[in-house]
Amino acid sequence: MNTKMISWGIFVLVVLVFAYSVFQTGLFVTVGAFLTLFIMSFLYKDNAYYKFAEHLFVGVSAAYWMVMGFWGTLVPNLVAKLYPPIVGGALPALAEKEPNYWFLIPLALGVLLLMRLSPVGGWISRWALAFIVGTTAGLNLVRYLRSDFIQQVNNTMLPLYVEGSNGMDTFISSFSNIFIFIGVLCGLVYFFFSKEHKGFFGVTARIGILVLMLTFGAGFGYTVMARISLLAGRMAYLLDDWLGLIN
Amino acid sequence: MRDYLLSRHLLLLTVIFGLFLVCPLMAQTEDAEPMDTAAAEAEPLPEPPPPAKLTSVEDSPNDHGHSVDLSWELSPIDDGSGNVVMGYEIWRAEAADGRGEFKMRRRLPYGVTFFSDRGDKPGGPDPMPNGKEYWYKIRTIGPQGVYSESAVVGPVVPEGEWFHTGKTPVAVAVVVFFFFTVYFIFVARSGKELYVRPLSGISAVDEAIGRATEMGKPIMYVLGLGTASDIATICSFTILSRVSKKVAMHQSSLMVPCYDPIVMTVAQEVVKNAYTEAGRPDSYEEDSVFFVTQSQFAYVAAVNGMMLRERPASNFYLGMFHAESLLLAETGSLAGSIQISGTDQVAQLPFFIVACDYTLIGEELYAASAYLSGEPTLLGSLKAEDWGKGIFIALVIVGVVAATTGWQQFIDWLTVRL
Repeated sequence: MNTKMISWGIFVLVVLVFAYSVFQTGLFVTVGAFLTLFIMSFLYKDNAYYKFAEHLFVGVSAAYWMVMGFWGTLVPNLVAKLYPPIVGGALPALAEKEPNYWFLIPLALGVLLLMRLSPVGGWISRWALAFIVGTTAGLNLVRYLRSDFIQQVNNTMLPLYVEGSNGMDTFISSFSNIFIFIGVLCGLVYFFFSKEHKGFFGVTARIGILVLMLTFGAGFGYTVMARISLLAGRMAYLLDDWLGLIN
Repeated sequence: MRDYLLSRHLLLLTVIFGLFLVCPLMAQTEDAEPMDTAAAEAEPLPEPPPPAKLTSVEDSPNDHGHSVDLSWELSPIDDGSGNVVMGYEIWRAEAADGRGEFKMRRRLPYGVTFFSDRGDKPGGPDPMPNGKEYWYKIRTIGPQGVYSESAVVGPVVPEGEWFHTGKTPVAVAVVVFFFFTVYFIFVARSGKELYVRPLSGISAVDEAIGRATEMGKPIMYVLGLGTASDIATICSFTILSRVSKKVAMHQSSLMVPCYDPIVMTVAQEVVKNAYTEAGRPDSYEEDSVFFVTQSQFAYVAAVNGMMLRERPASNFYLGMFHAESLLLAETGSLAGSIQISGTDQVAQLPFFIVACDYTLIGEELYAASAYLSGEPTLLGSLKAEDWGKGIFIALVIVGVVAATTGWQQFIDWLTVRL
């Protein structure tokens, strides 16, 4: 048998199993189960079934987000603000509000952004881009300084000696705080870019990267555990919802 | 004897049966009797509890207005059990003399001594305009709905504040960081060389592009799931510019699948400019930077498929990544590509470290963009960041001493109150 015949054989088998499954468990569960299997077939190698699922997934999701973007962003945040009565049929709560003409500014920026499609005035879109990038980067600066700077300083200000209920408790609490203090300082030293990592500075930076790797190791294990639970959820769908093997 | 016992049992059964018949009848008879309404009315209601005392009614601080804070002393008999005082009701009037119609704003449980009466801007569902006078009173609710009222307190006028005093540390940090940034940008522009320590990931960029050129295969550049305004994505644009320039010079090919339409637009601009700077604007293909979808895993499925079909020689994952990091990096590894990654998402760094050849950890991504571009603005910002870290270290050391010795005031200075 050549490869082509094997491929056709697999295709016929898949169609037969699909038809039988639709008859047994219904269309939607079967489609979900088969698409899951098609995606998982990528573990073997790239194949026609994976390509089918991939293109379907990309197409459906792009269309879904397009619709979501229109009804979730454009209609309530622009159309309903500029001319509320027009959304009366779909969003009656917004139709009764007063128009807010400040929203003409984002409309203008949006039009400028779309000028990119024009072969002549494409450069105009850079103005809107500059506004979007500049404004949000500026807003983010304040947020970062609050959460990543001030709040971090605040959380690291721990007493180096903590009185516990007994000697061991005192030792563990104090050791934990001292470890956090030294770990944070050494980690920060690693991220100094304008000084060469040599001598005492270099040693501190090496301790810093060691602390970072320990943190990453813990993070890796924790995240993998979460991913395994996602896999378990998918397997439960296949074995329970589809095949009914789990009670 | 047996007949005697039988007759006694029969008698007993008759008595029990009779009782069963009579009891409901008696009960029915009692129920049927008309209620002595006068007696019920005569039953006195419990005494209303002593009123709570409104101690403070004032405009809420550090807000945009439309809010009033109320504090009160509990009713003297509120023991926190909910049996003697059931709760408190906040009533508000808008009449000029405080004797107009009061409307209930909120019913609160027993034991509570504070309430923030928040409304909306004019036009909202519960308007509470700034600059208007309001009067308040509080009702202490006892059993069976009896209540007592406090004295009316007011007027209070809600106003918005221009400056949130709880965020003063953030304002100071912004000013200090701004000063350092501007200063070092001027220093960099004046021609003084600002040192940036070498990063292994940076030197690997040229190697990766050279490999792709030699193999005649494309380079895949993934900008991640960030928006155009995320710092990691902005840094990635700078590195993309450098990579595109090299690609244009070596006449290699580039694939940039994008998750966000605005990121795609910016990336197209960046790549186009890089080709122009390299003197090869004719080689630029707009389709090399393309939009895929805004669904996370659909995006991953598409990029993974491309990797196995196109077999790019080098993959760059630079930007903001989430759960897709390992899926992408592992597939790239299977495809045999040399991989350089970098993100500021701490949770994803372990996956990149295990699956990629070079990883830019956190701020190294920012440093790489500054280093590769050589822009005085970025180099100055990087230097300012280092000074920021120096201040951070100093504050942490003093803070730890303060926490150990009980110098609470210093810790309070650095606490942001939202």
